[in-house]
Amino acid sequence: MARLILEGRELLLKEGESVLDCLLRHDIEVSYGCQAGVCQSCLLQSEGEVPEEAQTGLKDTLRVQNYFLACQCQPSNDLVVRLPVAENFPSEVISVDHLTPEVVRLRLSVPEGFEYRPGQFLNLFHEGQSRSYSLASLPSEAFLEFHVRRVPGGVFSRWIFERLVEGMTVEIGSAGGDCFYVEGQPEQPLLLIATGTGLAPLYGILRDALAHGHVAPIHFYHGSSTEEGLYLQEELKALVHRHGQFHYVPCQSRGPVAEGIAAARANDRALQDLRDLKGWRVFLCGNPEMVTDAQRQCFLAGASVQEIYSDPFLPSSA
Amino acid sequence: MTESLYDQLGGEAAVNAAVDIFYRKVLADERINRFFDGVDVEQQAAKQKAFLTMTFGGPNNYTGKDMREGHKHLVERGLNDSHVDAVLENLKATLEELKVAPELIQQVLGIAESARGDVLNR
Repeated sequence: MARLILEGRELLLKEGESVLDCLLRHDIEVSYGCQAGVCQSCLLQSEGEVPEEAQTGLKDTLRVQNYFLACQCQPSNDLVVRLPVAENFPSEVISVDHLTPEVVRLRLSVPEGFEYRPGQFLNLFHEGQSRSYSLASLPSEAFLEFHVRRVPGGVFSRWIFERLVEGMTVEIGSAGGDCFYVEGQPEQPLLLIATGTGLAPLYGILRDALAHGHVAPIHFYHGSSTEEGLYLQEELKALVHRHGQFHYVPCQSRGPVAEGIAAARANDRALQDLRDLKGWRVFLCGNPEMVTDAQRQCFLAGASVQEIYSDPFLPSSA
Repeated sequence: MTESLYDQLGGEAAVNAAVDIFYRKVLADERINRFFDGVDVEQQAAKQKAFLTMTFGGPNNYTGKDMREGHKHLVERGLNDSHVDAVLENLKATLEELKVAPELIQQVLGIAESARGDVLNR
Protein backbone atom coordinates (compact mmCIF):
# COMPACT_ATOMS: atom_id res chain seq x y z
CA MET A 1 0.00 0.00 0.00
CA ALA A 2 1.30 3.44 -0.90
CA ARG A 3 2.42 5.86 1.75
CA LEU A 4 2.15 9.61 1.88
CA ILE A 5 5.20 11.23 3.43
CA LEU A 6 5.20 14.82 4.66
CA GLU A 7 7.04 16.65 7.40
CA GLY A 8 8.61 13.35 8.47
CA ARG A 9 5.20 11.72 8.97
CA GLU A 10 4.11 8.64 7.09
CA LEU A 11 0.41 8.31 6.32
CA LEU A 12 -0.99 5.10 4.87
CA LEU A 13 -3.29 5.66 1.91
CA LYS A 14 -6.42 3.53 1.84
CA GLU A 15 -7.42 1.67 -1.30
CA GLY A 16 -8.66 4.20 -3.86
CA GLU A 17 -8.17 7.13 -1.52
CA SER A 18 -6.99 10.47 -2.87
CA VAL A 19 -4.11 12.39 -1.30
CA LEU A 20 -6.59 15.11 -0.33
CA ASP A 21 -8.94 12.67 1.43
CA CYS A 22 -6.01 11.09 3.24
CA LEU A 23 -4.77 14.48 4.48
CA LEU A 24 -8.27 15.45 5.63
CA ARG A 25 -8.74 12.08 7.37
CA HIS A 26 -5.60 12.83 9.39
CA ASP A 27 -6.86 16.33 10.25
CA ILE A 28 -4.04 17.95 8.30
CA GLU A 29 -4.91 21.47 7.24
CA VAL A 30 -4.91 21.82 3.47
CA SER A 31 -6.77 24.17 1.16
CA TYR A 32 -9.26 22.66 -1.28
CA GLY A 33 -12.42 23.52 -3.18
CA CYS A 34 -14.27 21.65 -5.92
CA GLN A 35 -12.72 18.19 -5.29
CA ALA A 36 -13.20 17.56 -9.00
CA GLY A 37 -9.81 18.63 -10.36
CA VAL A 38 -11.09 21.94 -11.63
CA CYS A 39 -10.46 24.76 -9.15
CA GLN A 40 -6.80 23.87 -8.46
CA SER A 41 -7.14 25.00 -4.83
CA CYS A 42 -5.51 21.80 -3.55
CA LEU A 43 -2.30 22.21 -5.56
CA LEU A 44 0.68 20.51 -3.87
CA GLN A 45 4.23 19.77 -4.94
CA SER A 46 5.93 16.37 -4.79
CA GLU A 47 9.62 15.50 -4.46
CA GLY A 48 9.30 13.03 -7.34
CA GLU A 49 7.08 12.09 -10.25
CA VAL A 50 3.32 11.99 -9.74
CA PRO A 51 0.52 10.12 -11.58
CA GLU A 52 -0.32 11.79 -14.88
CA GLU A 53 -4.03 12.15 -14.10
CA ALA A 54 -3.15 14.23 -11.02
CA GLN A 55 -1.67 16.88 -13.34
CA THR A 56 -4.61 17.19 -15.73
CA GLY A 57 -5.24 20.83 -16.62
CA LEU A 58 -2.02 22.13 -15.03
CA LYS A 59 0.32 24.41 -16.91
CA ASP A 60 3.53 22.88 -18.27
CA THR A 61 5.64 24.97 -15.90
CA LEU A 62 3.81 23.44 -12.92
CA ARG A 63 4.00 19.91 -14.37
CA VAL A 64 7.77 19.95 -14.74
CA GLN A 65 8.07 21.05 -11.12
CA ASN A 66 5.98 18.01 -10.01
CA TYR A 67 2.97 20.00 -8.89
CA PHE A 68 -0.24 17.98 -8.67
CA LEU A 69 -3.88 18.21 -7.59
CA ALA A 70 -4.32 16.41 -4.27
CA CYS A 71 -7.98 15.62 -4.98
CA GLN A 72 -7.11 13.83 -8.25
CA CYS A 73 -4.06 11.99 -6.97
CA GLN A 74 -4.32 8.31 -6.07
CA PRO A 75 -0.66 7.23 -6.10
CA SER A 76 0.30 3.58 -6.42
CA ASN A 77 3.80 4.32 -5.11
CA ASP A 78 5.00 6.28 -2.09
CA LEU A 79 4.69 10.00 -2.54
CA VAL A 80 6.74 12.62 -0.70
CA VAL A 81 4.94 15.95 -0.41
CA ARG A 82 7.29 18.89 -0.65
CA LEU A 83 6.44 21.74 1.64
CA PRO A 84 7.51 25.28 0.80
CA VAL A 85 11.04 25.68 2.10
CA ALA A 86 12.49 28.99 3.12
CA GLU A 87 16.13 28.34 2.33
CA ASN A 88 18.35 31.39 2.07
CA PHE A 89 21.78 31.72 0.50
CA PRO A 90 24.63 34.20 0.89
CA SER A 91 25.67 35.75 -2.41
CA GLU A 92 28.41 38.18 -3.38
CA VAL A 93 27.88 41.33 -5.43
CA ILE A 94 29.82 40.96 -8.70
CA SER A 95 28.78 44.24 -10.32
CA VAL A 96 26.27 47.11 -10.19
CA ASP A 97 25.99 48.80 -13.60
CA HIS A 98 23.84 51.86 -14.17
CA LEU A 99 22.25 51.06 -17.55
CA THR A 100 20.17 54.25 -17.44
CA PRO A 101 19.59 56.79 -14.63
CA GLU A 102 16.53 54.72 -13.70
CA VAL A 103 17.70 51.13 -14.15
CA VAL A 104 20.68 49.22 -12.75
CA ARG A 105 21.89 45.78 -13.73
CA LEU A 106 22.83 43.90 -10.59
CA ARG A 107 24.95 40.78 -10.89
CA LEU A 108 25.43 38.43 -7.95
CA SER A 109 27.50 35.26 -7.54
CA VAL A 110 25.66 31.94 -7.91
CA PRO A 111 25.56 30.26 -4.48
CA GLU A 112 26.46 26.58 -4.35
CA GLY A 113 23.39 24.39 -4.78
CA PHE A 114 21.27 27.27 -6.07
CA GLU A 115 18.90 26.18 -8.87
CA TYR A 116 16.55 28.21 -11.03
CA ARG A 117 14.91 28.58 -14.40
CA PRO A 118 15.38 31.82 -16.35
CA GLY A 119 12.37 34.06 -15.74
CA GLN A 120 11.76 32.91 -12.16
CA PHE A 121 12.13 35.36 -9.29
CA LEU A 122 13.68 35.36 -5.85
CA ASN A 123 13.65 37.46 -2.72
CA LEU A 124 16.51 39.75 -1.83
CA PHE A 125 16.83 40.50 1.90
CA HIS A 126 17.93 43.71 3.57
CA GLU A 127 17.49 44.77 7.19
CA GLY A 128 14.70 42.33 7.91
CA GLN A 129 12.72 43.17 4.75
CA SER A 130 12.61 41.54 1.34
CA ARG A 131 11.66 42.36 -2.24
CA SER A 132 11.17 40.08 -5.24
CA TYR A 133 13.38 40.44 -8.31
CA SER A 134 13.24 38.47 -11.55
CA LEU A 135 16.20 36.56 -12.96
CA ALA A 136 17.46 37.76 -16.36
CA SER A 137 20.43 35.39 -16.45
CA LEU A 138 20.77 31.78 -17.63
CA PRO A 139 22.00 28.94 -15.39
CA SER A 140 24.88 28.51 -17.86
CA GLU A 141 26.16 31.99 -16.91
CA ALA A 142 28.50 32.54 -13.99
CA PHE A 143 26.26 35.13 -12.32
CA LEU A 144 22.68 35.86 -11.34
CA GLU A 145 21.41 38.97 -13.14
CA PHE A 146 18.64 41.34 -12.06
CA HIS A 147 17.33 44.62 -13.47
CA VAL A 148 16.30 47.04 -10.76
CA ARG A 149 14.18 50.11 -11.40
CA ARG A 150 14.59 53.17 -9.17
CA VAL A 151 11.37 53.52 -7.20
CA PRO A 152 10.70 57.02 -5.82
CA GLY A 153 11.03 56.72 -2.06
CA GLY A 154 11.84 53.01 -2.38
CA VAL A 155 14.02 51.67 0.44
CA PHE A 156 15.38 48.77 -1.59
CA SER A 157 16.09 50.52 -4.86
CA ARG A 158 17.90 53.27 -2.94
CA TRP A 159 20.01 50.67 -1.15
CA ILE A 160 20.83 48.93 -4.43
CA PHE A 161 21.45 52.15 -6.40
CA GLU A 162 23.51 53.92 -3.74
CA ARG A 163 25.01 51.42 -1.34
CA LEU A 164 25.69 48.11 -3.06
CA VAL A 165 29.24 47.72 -4.36
CA GLU A 166 31.34 44.88 -5.70
CA GLY A 167 32.46 42.41 -3.05
CA MET A 168 29.58 42.95 -0.60
CA THR A 169 27.63 39.92 0.58
CA VAL A 170 23.82 39.90 0.41
CA GLU A 171 21.19 37.29 1.33
CA ILE A 172 18.86 35.78 -1.28
CA GLY A 173 16.04 33.21 -1.11
CA SER A 174 15.27 30.26 -3.40
CA ALA A 175 13.90 30.87 -6.88
CA GLY A 176 10.14 30.49 -7.48
CA GLY A 177 7.37 31.30 -9.93
CA ASP A 178 5.88 29.56 -12.94
CA CYS A 179 6.67 32.05 -15.70
CA PHE A 180 9.48 30.33 -17.61
CA TYR A 181 10.25 28.48 -20.84
CA VAL A 182 9.59 24.73 -21.04
CA GLU A 183 11.38 23.01 -23.91
CA GLY A 184 9.82 20.38 -26.15
CA GLN A 185 7.77 22.46 -28.60
CA PRO A 186 10.43 24.25 -30.69
CA GLU A 187 7.93 24.93 -33.47
CA GLN A 188 5.42 26.85 -31.39
CA PRO A 189 5.56 30.63 -32.01
CA LEU A 190 6.23 32.76 -28.94
CA LEU A 191 4.97 36.23 -28.07
CA LEU A 192 6.76 38.11 -25.29
CA ILE A 193 5.49 41.44 -23.98
CA ALA A 194 7.20 43.46 -21.23
CA THR A 195 6.96 46.92 -19.78
CA GLY A 196 9.91 48.50 -17.94
CA THR A 197 12.08 46.04 -16.04
CA GLY A 198 9.58 43.33 -16.99
CA LEU A 199 12.29 42.93 -19.61
CA ALA A 200 14.44 41.08 -17.04
CA PRO A 201 12.50 37.77 -16.88
CA LEU A 202 11.78 37.90 -20.62
CA TYR A 203 15.46 38.48 -21.40
CA GLY A 204 16.11 35.22 -19.54
CA ILE A 205 13.18 33.35 -21.12
CA LEU A 206 14.01 34.52 -24.64
CA ARG A 207 17.68 33.52 -24.44
CA ASP A 208 16.69 30.24 -22.79
CA ALA A 209 14.37 29.48 -25.73
CA LEU A 210 17.10 30.34 -28.26
CA ALA A 211 19.66 28.24 -26.35
CA HIS A 212 17.24 25.29 -26.51
CA GLY A 213 17.04 25.63 -30.30
CA HIS A 214 13.58 27.19 -30.53
CA VAL A 215 13.09 27.49 -34.28
CA ALA A 216 9.63 29.11 -34.51
CA PRO A 217 9.26 32.90 -34.58
CA ILE A 218 9.81 34.70 -31.26
CA HIS A 219 8.28 38.18 -31.15
CA PHE A 220 9.34 40.48 -28.35
CA TYR A 221 7.63 43.82 -27.61
CA HIS A 222 9.22 46.03 -24.97
CA GLY A 223 7.23 49.02 -23.78
CA SER A 224 8.10 52.12 -21.80
CA SER A 225 6.71 55.64 -21.41
CA THR A 226 10.19 57.09 -22.15
CA GLU A 227 12.93 56.22 -24.62
CA GLU A 228 15.38 55.81 -21.75
CA GLY A 229 13.20 53.04 -20.33
CA LEU A 230 13.91 50.98 -23.44
CA TYR A 231 17.24 49.71 -22.14
CA LEU A 232 19.36 46.84 -23.57
CA GLN A 233 18.43 47.87 -27.13
CA GLU A 234 21.94 47.08 -28.42
CA GLU A 235 21.97 43.60 -26.88
CA LEU A 236 18.49 42.83 -28.23
CA LYS A 237 19.36 44.09 -31.72
CA ALA A 238 22.46 41.88 -31.64
CA LEU A 239 20.20 38.92 -30.92
CA VAL A 240 18.02 39.89 -33.91
CA HIS A 241 21.14 39.78 -36.12
CA ARG A 242 22.21 36.39 -34.83
CA HIS A 243 18.79 34.72 -34.85
CA GLY A 244 16.57 35.13 -37.91
CA GLN A 245 13.48 33.91 -36.02
CA PHE A 246 13.76 36.61 -33.35
CA HIS A 247 11.86 39.90 -33.79
CA TYR A 248 12.23 42.87 -31.44
CA VAL A 249 9.89 45.87 -31.37
CA PRO A 250 10.66 48.65 -28.87
CA CYS A 251 7.52 50.68 -28.10
CA GLN A 252 7.19 54.10 -26.49
CA SER A 253 3.76 55.12 -25.21
CA ARG A 254 4.36 58.86 -24.68
CA GLY A 255 5.96 61.81 -26.45
CA PRO A 256 7.69 62.01 -29.84
CA VAL A 257 9.59 58.84 -30.68
CA ALA A 258 12.95 58.26 -32.35
CA GLU A 259 13.32 56.30 -35.58
CA GLY A 260 12.93 52.56 -35.14
CA ILE A 261 10.68 52.88 -32.12
CA ALA A 262 6.93 52.27 -32.34
CA ALA A 263 4.70 55.00 -30.90
CA ALA A 264 2.26 52.76 -29.02
CA ARG A 265 1.72 50.70 -25.93
CA ALA A 266 3.61 47.42 -26.28
CA ASN A 267 0.54 45.18 -25.85
CA ASP A 268 -1.60 47.22 -28.26
CA ARG A 269 1.13 47.21 -30.90
CA ALA A 270 1.72 43.46 -30.50
CA LEU A 271 -1.96 42.65 -30.96
CA GLN A 272 -2.15 44.99 -33.94
CA ASP A 273 0.76 43.19 -35.64
CA LEU A 274 -0.24 39.67 -34.63
CA ARG A 275 -3.96 39.24 -34.92
CA ASP A 276 -4.25 35.47 -34.67
CA LEU A 277 -2.54 33.90 -31.65
CA LYS A 278 -4.13 30.47 -31.92
CA GLY A 279 -1.48 27.93 -30.94
CA TRP A 280 0.95 30.56 -29.64
CA ARG A 281 2.69 30.63 -26.28
CA VAL A 282 2.60 34.02 -24.57
CA PHE A 283 4.71 35.56 -21.79
CA LEU A 284 3.67 38.83 -20.10
CA CYS A 285 5.79 40.64 -17.51
CA GLY A 286 5.77 44.03 -15.85
CA ASN A 287 3.03 46.54 -15.08
CA PRO A 288 0.04 44.65 -13.59
CA GLU A 289 -2.50 46.62 -15.65
CA MET A 290 -0.66 45.81 -18.87
CA VAL A 291 -0.53 42.15 -17.85
CA THR A 292 -4.28 42.01 -17.13
CA ASP A 293 -5.16 43.84 -20.37
CA ALA A 294 -2.78 41.76 -22.46
CA GLN A 295 -4.03 38.47 -20.97
CA ARG A 296 -7.50 39.31 -22.18
CA GLN A 297 -6.32 40.64 -25.56
CA CYS A 298 -4.21 37.54 -26.22
CA PHE A 299 -6.99 35.19 -25.13
CA LEU A 300 -9.50 36.93 -27.39
CA ALA A 301 -6.95 36.71 -30.24
CA GLY A 302 -7.00 32.93 -29.88
CA ALA A 303 -4.28 32.03 -27.35
CA SER A 304 -5.31 29.34 -24.88
CA VAL A 305 -5.39 30.33 -21.20
CA GLN A 306 -3.03 27.42 -20.49
CA GLU A 307 -0.47 28.96 -22.81
CA ILE A 308 -0.43 32.45 -21.30
CA TYR A 309 2.27 32.85 -18.67
CA SER A 310 2.49 36.04 -16.69
CA ASP A 311 4.46 37.79 -14.00
CA PRO A 312 2.79 41.02 -12.90
CA PHE A 313 5.19 43.26 -10.95
CA LEU A 314 3.11 44.21 -7.95
CA PRO A 315 4.24 47.26 -6.03
CA SER A 316 5.59 46.58 -2.56
CA SER A 317 3.07 47.35 0.16
CA ALA A 318 5.80 48.18 2.67
CA MET B 1 -27.32 1.26 -17.47
CA THR B 2 -27.62 4.35 -19.62
CA GLU B 3 -24.55 6.53 -20.05
CA SER B 4 -24.61 9.77 -18.04
CA LEU B 5 -24.96 13.11 -19.81
CA TYR B 6 -21.35 13.92 -18.90
CA ASP B 7 -20.06 10.73 -20.52
CA GLN B 8 -22.27 11.17 -23.60
CA LEU B 9 -20.80 14.64 -24.09
CA GLY B 10 -17.26 13.30 -23.80
CA GLY B 11 -16.35 14.09 -20.19
CA GLU B 12 -13.49 16.33 -19.25
CA ALA B 13 -12.07 16.44 -22.78
CA ALA B 14 -15.36 17.95 -23.94
CA VAL B 15 -15.27 20.55 -21.18
CA ASN B 16 -11.72 21.45 -22.16
CA ALA B 17 -12.74 21.80 -25.80
CA ALA B 18 -15.68 24.00 -24.89
CA VAL B 19 -14.25 26.27 -22.20
CA ASP B 20 -12.04 28.51 -24.37
CA ILE B 21 -14.69 28.85 -27.08
CA PHE B 22 -17.40 29.66 -24.54
CA TYR B 23 -15.37 32.09 -22.45
CA ARG B 24 -14.09 33.87 -25.58
CA LYS B 25 -17.70 34.36 -26.74
CA VAL B 26 -18.69 35.72 -23.33
CA LEU B 27 -15.78 38.18 -23.23
CA ALA B 28 -16.54 39.37 -26.75
CA ASP B 29 -20.26 39.85 -25.99
CA GLU B 30 -20.92 43.58 -25.50
CA ARG B 31 -24.10 42.82 -23.55
CA ILE B 32 -22.22 41.15 -20.69
CA ASN B 33 -18.46 41.68 -20.93
CA ARG B 34 -18.50 44.73 -18.65
CA PHE B 35 -19.09 42.33 -15.74
CA PHE B 36 -15.65 40.86 -16.46
CA ASP B 37 -13.69 44.14 -16.53
CA GLY B 38 -10.45 43.88 -14.57
CA VAL B 39 -11.03 40.19 -13.85
CA ASP B 40 -8.00 37.88 -14.06
CA VAL B 41 -8.48 35.80 -17.21
CA GLU B 42 -6.80 32.72 -15.78
CA GLN B 43 -8.77 32.63 -12.53
CA GLN B 44 -11.97 33.31 -14.43
CA ALA B 45 -11.25 30.52 -16.94
CA ALA B 46 -11.02 28.06 -14.03
CA LYS B 47 -14.45 29.24 -12.84
CA GLN B 48 -15.89 28.94 -16.33
CA LYS B 49 -14.55 25.40 -16.49
CA ALA B 50 -16.24 24.56 -13.19
CA PHE B 51 -19.49 26.05 -14.50
CA LEU B 52 -19.32 24.05 -17.73
CA THR B 53 -18.49 20.86 -15.83
CA MET B 54 -21.64 21.41 -13.78
CA THR B 55 -23.85 22.11 -16.79
CA PHE B 56 -22.42 19.03 -18.53
CA GLY B 57 -23.62 16.95 -15.58
CA GLY B 58 -20.06 16.29 -14.46
CA PRO B 59 -18.53 15.92 -10.99
CA ASN B 60 -18.75 19.11 -8.99
CA ASN B 61 -19.22 20.28 -5.48
CA TYR B 62 -20.69 23.67 -6.18
CA THR B 63 -23.77 24.55 -4.22
CA GLY B 64 -26.54 27.08 -4.60
CA LYS B 65 -24.85 29.03 -1.82
CA ASP B 66 -21.60 29.28 -3.82
CA MET B 67 -23.58 30.53 -6.83
CA ARG B 68 -25.32 33.16 -4.71
CA GLU B 69 -22.16 34.37 -2.99
CA GLY B 70 -20.18 34.41 -6.23
CA HIS B 71 -22.66 36.63 -8.08
CA LYS B 72 -23.94 38.87 -5.28
CA HIS B 73 -21.63 41.79 -6.17
CA LEU B 74 -22.69 41.50 -9.84
CA VAL B 75 -26.41 41.60 -8.98
CA GLU B 76 -25.65 44.83 -7.10
CA ARG B 77 -24.09 46.12 -10.34
CA GLY B 78 -27.26 45.35 -12.29
CA LEU B 79 -26.95 41.68 -13.31
CA ASN B 80 -30.42 40.54 -14.41
CA ASP B 81 -32.34 38.00 -16.50
CA SER B 82 -31.25 39.52 -19.80
CA HIS B 83 -27.60 38.87 -18.91
CA VAL B 84 -28.29 35.27 -17.91
CA ASP B 85 -30.11 34.88 -21.25
CA ALA B 86 -27.00 36.16 -23.05
CA VAL B 87 -24.77 33.66 -21.23
CA LEU B 88 -27.12 30.80 -22.13
CA GLU B 89 -27.13 31.96 -25.73
CA ASN B 90 -23.33 31.83 -25.80
CA LEU B 91 -23.39 28.39 -24.21
CA LYS B 92 -25.83 27.15 -26.85
CA ALA B 93 -23.73 28.62 -29.68
CA THR B 94 -20.59 26.99 -28.24
CA LEU B 95 -22.21 23.55 -28.18
CA GLU B 96 -23.59 23.99 -31.68
CA GLU B 97 -20.14 24.97 -32.89
CA LEU B 98 -18.81 21.73 -31.37
CA LYS B 99 -21.55 19.78 -33.19
CA VAL B 100 -23.17 18.48 -30.01
CA ALA B 101 -26.48 16.67 -30.65
CA PRO B 102 -29.53 18.96 -30.16
CA GLU B 103 -31.11 16.75 -27.48
CA LEU B 104 -27.90 16.89 -25.40
CA ILE B 105 -27.72 20.66 -25.85
CA GLN B 106 -31.25 20.90 -24.43
CA GLN B 107 -30.20 18.91 -21.37
CA VAL B 108 -27.14 21.12 -20.78
CA LEU B 109 -29.22 24.28 -21.13
CA GLY B 110 -31.76 22.80 -18.71
CA ILE B 111 -29.11 22.34 -16.02
CA ALA B 112 -27.70 25.83 -16.67
CA GLU B 113 -31.23 27.29 -16.48
CA SER B 114 -31.71 25.69 -13.06
CA ALA B 115 -28.93 27.88 -11.65
CA ARG B 116 -30.66 31.11 -12.72
CA GLY B 117 -32.41 31.77 -9.40
CA ASP B 118 -29.23 31.31 -7.37
CA VAL B 119 -27.11 33.37 -9.75
CA LEU B 120 -29.57 36.27 -9.56
CA ASN B 121 -29.94 35.84 -5.78
CA ARG B 122 -33.69 35.36 -5.70
